[in-house]
Amino acid sequence: MTVTPAATDSSAFGEIAGRSDDEPILSVRNLSVHFPLKRGFIVQREVARVRAVDGISFDIRPGETLGLVGESGSGKTTAAKAVIQLRTAGEGSVKFEGQELIGLSNAKMRPVRRKMGMVFQDPYGSLNPRMRAGDIVGEPLKVHGLAGSKDDYRKQVASLLTRVGLSPGMSERYPNEFSGGQRQRLGIARAIAARPSLLILDEAVSALDVSIQAQILNLLQDLQDQYNLAYLFIAHDLSVVRHISHRVAVMYLGRIVETADSKDLYERPMHPYTQALLSAIPTPNPVHERSRERIILRGDLPSPINPPSGCHFHTRCPVATTACADTDPELRLLAENQAAACLFATGYDGAPRA
Amino acid sequence: MTTDSPVTSTPLLQVRNLRTSFNTPDGKITAVAGVSFDVNHGETLGLVGESGCGKSVSALSIMRLVPNPPGIIEDGEVIFEGVDLLKVSDKEMQGVRGAGIGMIFQEPMSSLNPVLTIGRQITEPLEEHLGLKRAAAENRAAELLEMVGIADSRQRLSDHPHQLSGGQRQRVMIAIALSCEPKLLIADEATTALDVTIQAQILELMKNLTSQLGTALLIITHNLGIIARYADRLNVMYAGKIRESGTAEQVYLRPGHPYTVGLLNSVPRLDRPASERLDPIPGEIPDPANLPSGCAFRPRCRWATAECEISEPVLEQVGDRQMVACYESNTVADSVEVAWR
Repeated sequence: MTVTPAATDSSAFGEIAGRSDDEPILSVRNLSVHFPLKRGFIVQREVARVRAVDGISFDIRPGETLGLVGESGSGKTTAAKAVIQLRTAGEGSVKFEGQELIGLSNAKMRPVRRKMGMVFQDPYGSLNPRMRAGDIVGEPLKVHGLAGSKDDYRKQVASLLTRVGLSPGMSERYPNEFSGGQRQRLGIARAIAARPSLLILDEAVSALDVSIQAQILNLLQDLQDQYNLAYLFIAHDLSVVRHISHRVAVMYLGRIVETADSKDLYERPMHPYTQALLSAIPTPNPVHERSRERIILRGDLPSPINPPSGCHFHTRCPVATTACADTDPELRLLAENQAAACLFATGYDGAPRA
Repeated sequence: MTTDSPVTSTPLLQVRNLRTSFNTPDGKITAVAGVSFDVNHGETLGLVGESGCGKSVSALSIMRLVPNPPGIIEDGEVIFEGVDLLKVSDKEMQGVRGAGIGMIFQEPMSSLNPVLTIGRQITEPLEEHLGLKRAAAENRAAELLEMVGIADSRQRLSDHPHQLSGGQRQRVMIAIALSCEPKLLIADEATTALDVTIQAQILELMKNLTSQLGTALLIITHNLGIIARYADRLNVMYAGKIRESGTAEQVYLRPGHPYTVGLLNSVPRLDRPASERLDPIPGEIPDPANLPSGCAFRPRCRWATAECEISEPVLEQVGDRQMVACYESNTVADSVEVAWR
């Protein structure tokens, strides 16, 4: 029986990581992002701290997808922004291709960002409405000096558009002339233009209709296979996350409460929050639905400004005891490649095991 | 064509050949193009489809809340408890909204008045429709808040909407919608904007309350899972029309319309092994101002034949209570049964 304080011990995460034996492309250790909450008119005093991300650790290997799931206020988007250093300063360690990113100047971050693409939920809000599609997709090529000549630039843009399922003839159009699904394709083309090794996808398919969502998910899987891209896939939809992720980390109020290989997490969730989340998702199968047990959690999500003491989840947890209000459980390795932060979570056979 | 209903009683709501269109700069768009369905007393009916399929406009037309201009209900009947709502006066319609049919929308913040207290917003319909005095209405409002699971309901009556969380606001909306004990509750994407665990709470609450009160529930959503969990029957809409209807078992387990099959194959599902690839519907939703000839789904359909281009199939009975608008429905249903086995 091994109980590993995984949040601080990097070796535990080496074990949890999994698809290949490659070195992780992204290695996050004990990452925290705190926002000061200020009050006051002339002299601003810090009255509280929002611990948006509170000491999370994970690895992503080349060609692998890590799904980061959680509800509002879980800190999943803040974590992503801290990874790419987008107006969000984190504490802890974010190593990308061996280089420490925390504390890097903006000038030093620029070449790093070439290797990290980002795709957002609302393609309309993230594409410049006054730029033509071709320039939106080609801008990263110019910024990073990746196009040799004008002709080469045009060829690369055309090939990017084709790669994401748009026709090169569309390069003269403006974003408002595209449908939602096409705009997300444009966003993806722009994100892969500078040949990154990691894509951060923040609710990238959440706003799309299901038939279009499926097209985009397939496109993402094809691109991953073709370019050995690593994905940090952030979403609240657990069925989508299961479909695309090799490993999954579940966040609740700034912390990772469970992490495992995708298959294990969905077949045998160990944290009561993961169990409740999974049971809350209705499946499109009326026979299956009728026989399913539903765990309906009490109450609202607590505010991240003032999270509950001890285990953040204890106020809504169906199995919490008084101990949970006092003890802050650490992520423990409970099975091969599966760790949960719960005092009462056990391994497959009722006992914690490694 | 109508979706069938038990012969034992007259349906609570009968929508017949409803047509609603909008005048836009690009020309006239028919958002609802001849929709007919019934809602029986106490049942839960699902209306499912993607953006622009006309599901929300159908609901707004039933409530006569389509903004005019640019929208206009061109044709059809909406018979609620024997009365055609499209023919009654505005004043009579006001009485139906709330007292006869309650409605909940996606974004409670935009349906609640930000400057009025929660209490005032619940007591208003009680005074208006049920003629309660202020004190009696306030007592009833507190009871209603308790019923929808809001603690300290007395104190909460003096709160304003911004003081509540998204889930609580939706609970208040349910309290308002059910305050006059309507016979029908329409929930239009009522839980779409909520977090997963809160969504489950609100859906359970809605289902439990409507079954306690004997209220019929019309759930409008793009989420196939919600319909499978809660609806007895459902209608699948595409490009302004119902393309398939039936009981949940029939439509989910032996769908007869290629669009229904496409939808079910597009969603990643927790009830099946995580497969390598999804099987999406090719292409995109057609431009509503310029629909394809014949069947509107034809350009995206793998079963389409020459016939589909010439004339549009109408809803036809394929099983006991299942109806499909497709010439190839038998082939479709058989092939799906084989593929999913």
